[in-house]
Amino acid sequence: MSDTQAGEGGNSKVRRFMFVNRKAPYGTIYALEALEVVLIGAAFDQDVSLVFVDDGVYQLKKGQQTKDIGQKNFSPTYRALGDYDIEKLYVERESLQARGLAPDDLLVPVRVLGSAELGVLMEEQDVVLSF
Amino acid sequence: MKFGILVNEGPYQHQASDSAYQFAVAALAKGHEIYRVFFYNDGVNNANKLTEPPQDDRNITRQWSALAAAHNLDMVVCVAAGLRRGIKAEILAPGFNISGLGQLIQAGIEADRLVVFGD
Repeated sequence: MSDTQAGEGGNSKVRRFMFVNRKAPYGTIYALEALEVVLIGAAFDQDVSLVFVDDGVYQLKKGQQTKDIGQKNFSPTYRALGDYDIEKLYVERESLQARGLAPDDLLVPVRVLGSAELGVLMEEQDVVLSF
Repeated sequence: MKFGILVNEGPYQHQASDSAYQFAVAALAKGHEIYRVFFYNDGVNNANKLTEPPQDDRNITRQWSALAAAHNLDMVVCVAAGLRRGIKAEILAPGFNISGLGQLIQAGIEADRLVVFGD
């Protein structure tokens, strides 16, 4: 981990931020509020990536319909992430398989990685925020 | 080392806030710096000064306030998460301030380590 970088204050430092999404999109607010952090973070010109593991893979599932539970379907926002220059989306292979999902079931193009590969990627981050 | 701390759960229901507090106390005792404590998700409820646990229990909100006063801690409550849950300026305990999510990202940039306490 590169802790010390030259420069103090401002946004001169570019750090690697990884957002780890672990929860289903509805049932708890974690997915929605994580997305709100990601969108704010995009304005800081950092090196941002998103990871979807466990039930978090459901956040990217196509065809979400939330009318009957009285909540907003925020899943279209994931498709807009590219507009914020957030293009590194990783999904854990084991989590997809355990839930009978394939990349075609997802709203956006993702890179599917095994948990060991994801572990390597996490090791390379400066900041890991899990929700 | 310069730590940022993120607290994502409210008091009592989860241990996250207790653990974050104990981590902060231990880090300060070892001479480390706390760059900021950011309260998000239900973590914003830690800032509620109306909190009134039974007398023989710890008062988590008051613990945070006292720590902030003793060490001049920067404790930030997310405005958006706070508004959702009715956490507004008028019920903030001493030492807590309301600000935006940018303060969390800033903590990630400026701190050597950002430690997340959640579910």
